Amino acid sequence: MAISRETVINLVLALLLLAIPFAAIQFGNPFYVTLATRMAILGLAAVGLNIALGLGGLVSFGHAAFFGVGGYAAGILASHAFSAQPLDFGILSVPGTTLMPIIWLVALGAGGLLAAGIGVISLRTSGVYFIMITLAFAQMTFYFAISWPAYGGEDGLSIIVRNSFPGVNTMVPLNYFLICYAVLMVALLVSAFIRDSRFGAALQAARQNEVRVASVGIAPFRIRLVAFVISGMITALAGALYADLNRFVSPSMLSWHMSGEFIVLIILGGVGRLYGPVAGAMLYVMFEFLLGGFTERWQLFLGLALLGVVLFARGGMLGLLAGKARHG
Amino acid sequence: MADIVLDIRGLNKSFGALKATENISLDLRPGEIHALIGPNGAGKSTLIHQIAGTLKPDSGDISFLGQPVGHLGVAARARLGLGRSFQVSSLAPEFSALRNVMLAVQSRQSSSFRFFRPVKKDPTLVDPAMAALERVGLAGRAGVAAAELSHGERRQLEIAIALALGSRAFLLDEPMAGMGPEGSRQLTEFLDGLRSEAPILLVEHDMDAVFALADRISVLVYGRIIASGTVEEIRNDPEVRRAYLGDSE
Repeated sequence: MAISRETVINLVLALLLLAIPFAAIQFGNPFYVTLATRMAILGLAAVGLNIALGLGGLVSFGHAAFFGVGGYAAGILASHAFSAQPLDFGILSVPGTTLMPIIWLVALGAGGLLAAGIGVISLRTSGVYFIMITLAFAQMTFYFAISWPAYGGEDGLSIIVRNSFPGVNTMVPLNYFLICYAVLMVALLVSAFIRDSRFGAALQAARQNEVRVASVGIAPFRIRLVAFVISGMITALAGALYADLNRFVSPSMLSWHMSGEFIVLIILGGVGRLYGPVAGAMLYVMFEFLLGGFTERWQLFLGLALLGVVLFARGGMLGLLAGKARHG
Repeated sequence: MADIVLDIRGLNKSFGALKATENISLDLRPGEIHALIGPNGAGKSTLIHQIAGTLKPDSGDISFLGQPVGHLGVAARARLGLGRSFQVSSLAPEFSALRNVMLAVQSRQSSSFRFFRPVKKDPTLVDPAMAALERVGLAGRAGVAAAELSHGERRQLEIAIALALGSRAFLLDEPMAGMGPEGSRQLTEFLDGLRSEAPILLVEHDMDAVFALADRISVLVYGRIIASGTVEEIRNDPEVRRAYLGDSE
């Protein structure tokens, strides 16, 4: 079996990301471990968005909502665990937890529910209207978080000790990186399965020609809604990991800057490509770090890079390295 | 009547002051090709759109296989077995011809919510899709992206998709348009055989093909059916000759 150039590049990217923290420790620069963790988590969030945006052509400008909800799931559960006060839902009261696997499940569930709600309404529109309505929903969650004093409001919520994972000391930066990296790899696997499956075929066809999909008897709305929910769930999971990385969650995770950042990552890396979000996140964090060291205005250079990609390399970094995407 | 496949009664559709469809009734019976002819702008495609469900009529009833379908969307009507080809080809351009047909096969199997098995080498999708391509003579172009197919090949591909869907009736909107004489001849031959499988409502400008194929012809002018009958009846209808065929013929 011939291995495509894209597969080789994907493998190189995966190994490169894995090698960064080990090299960092080797050369006595443990700070870089955190950078690599940021790459993995932002990459994960963008892998989520890429299912909607890349495969489905659904340009969501509101994925910060899911990212933030995942973050707040981690923050709120942890804060209740520390104060030993259960969450009170009226008829039901649930204890907080600091166990990551449980927090992740809650984040996935909350992200999925929110995405279902937003998707049911937003997916009735398309094009610019879809972009605007997803933005509007995300801004609603943003202002909701700001005006909700119970969990810090504008100031955000600290996670006093990073949440725990059975058998692993998560406070060791390398350990936490490995957890995030493993989650990213699982998400990439899920993403690859979706892309190649019957569901993925219908989703990608709906992006290319909605009328064609309906004419063969597949309702595009249902396909897109399920894709949007999966997409929101993965981004919410990234949000939970991000909150634990910073040990802090604030409304800024829900702001439209965040949504824009995810879109930028995907465009930089390659829209609809499996490793596009990973490549994009690695480039973005590297940019932020290297140029951020020289000037506060590093985003000017990011803007120039983005302009270059949009004008000269539509397929992003992966398009540049691996050539045009192919559908068998 | 149970043996009427597609039954359209009193259909009306206006765009502002323009009556695109005015009190149209027609039906499609098993084993026949019912041709719909008329000058440009007569409302033929508008009618096809209403039958397929992409346009909603202002009033009137459509039933398919004895079941009213007026309230159903495009996808639901397609699932019942209403296969169509478009006046302007409508395909997934990045997908290969084969993958375009595979989409119809997976819809027929109601399996679009499967997430794990890769489609590319799945024989339950590939084999029926390949068989449909072979029937329309497009098997040699299976791996070519739809965007790179010739005009005529896209028409063939649309028919292959309708075949793979297991359609119980075909709505073909100008399938011969843009085809060379050889392509038209082959397609005429193919449609001739297809009618025994499922009846065809055929919109076509190629009069040679229409007169060769049609069991019945309805003539649409300014949104109204001005005549309906066999090939001979339509040929000799004075109103049709005046409105459409031209007296010089």
